[in-house]
Amino acid sequence: MSEKIKFTIDGKECYAEPGQNVLDAAADNGVYIPSLCHVRGLIPAGSCRICNVKIAGRNMTACTTPVEEGMEIENDTAELQDMRKAIVEMLFVEGNHFCPACEKSGNCELQALAYRFQMMVPRFPYEFPLRKPDSTAPKLWIERNRCIKCKRCVRSIKTADGKNIFAFRKRGHEVEIQIDHELAAQMTDEEAKKAADICPVGSILYKEKGFSEPIGTRKFDKNAIGSDIEKVV
Amino acid sequence: MSKPVVATTSLAGCFGCHMSILDIDEKILDLVELVEFNKSPIDDIKEFTKPCDIGLIEGGCCNSENVHVLKDFRKNCKILISLGECAIMGGLPALRNGIPVQECLEEAYLNGPSVSGNKKGILPNDDELPMILDKVYPCHEVVKIDYYLPGCPPRAELIWEALAALITGNELKLPYEVVKFD
Repeated sequence: MSEKIKFTIDGKECYAEPGQNVLDAAADNGVYIPSLCHVRGLIPAGSCRICNVKIAGRNMTACTTPVEEGMEIENDTAELQDMRKAIVEMLFVEGNHFCPACEKSGNCELQALAYRFQMMVPRFPYEFPLRKPDSTAPKLWIERNRCIKCKRCVRSIKTADGKNIFAFRKRGHEVEIQIDHELAAQMTDEEAKKAADICPVGSILYKEKGFSEPIGTRKFDKNAIGSDIEKVV
Repeated sequence: MSKPVVATTSLAGCFGCHMSILDIDEKILDLVELVEFNKSPIDDIKEFTKPCDIGLIEGGCCNSENVHVLKDFRKNCKILISLGECAIMGGLPALRNGIPVQECLEEAYLNGPSVSGNKKGILPNDDELPMILDKVYPCHEVVKIDYYLPGCPPRAELIWEALAALITGNELKLPYEVVKFD
């Protein structure tokens, strides 16, 4: 086994495997760095920017930055937390996030971050864009109004022979998620459920599931996002 | 010292937030001891009869009457609180945002699958009716709002704690379980 790398987060002494990114390494040391686009095991995309930490005076996304020996990382500072909250607020006004009418509510990571940051109202004006949902796939419902463009589905959901089932189309602020109809038609129940689960918001929903969990029993009803990480160690 | 005066209203809302106010159960008796209600659907006072300290706004602004009532509340209340998702972000009525008003009206009165009996194809357009706005506006995009209590509806404990904190001047505690968007 290789030597562990020593680094600090907010002064706390931490240890990482060589090559590990800051976000995963922090989690292994019981420090939660908020993030929306990162899933352990996937190649980091650095697309949501919520995991921004400060390293040597510079803001860096924790998911795309490998830990280095002696690194001093700032994570839980007022400045960073407010910037992360601002990004969450921006995501809320940029799409159409009607939490009361969303099946993902209570299990949604965007909502959970808003709870964690105690977002009472976004500081930005609402955009109310009009985006067309896509219900043509037999097992999945694509609700683009809620998509935060994290690319988790694009990066992780593939067919057995490695073809992408999800992709981005258009460019800039018009970018939207598209499902391959032919490949989606061949998805098994397990694959479709995996796609719905990997989506941090209610943009990919498993059809005919509906509001299956009562309020109070859902993932983030009683436990803040990241509290599982902070409990470890 | 006289009791703080509270006013409430429901704009483009479903009255669920008012139900949640009543959902504080027996504490409503304490509330009546602590405050005096003015204009509100709860006591059916239709117009402001005195300046108020706290105004609770349920629902966003979907028509000209909502805007009128909201501005009236701003004028008559020292503190305005957006109560619930609709007041904060438009809520379900705002699902129509992005769709042209003409299209919405045609769907509701001419083309919708449940439309019957409108053989002349009339779209309501009487001077007595409030004008529909181009979209549903969150209250804070129309007037200055001082505080926000999210939820659909906001939990009764949240409303109670917020009112109690405002009246007593104590700091509002926000436990994780009470601030929810659904």
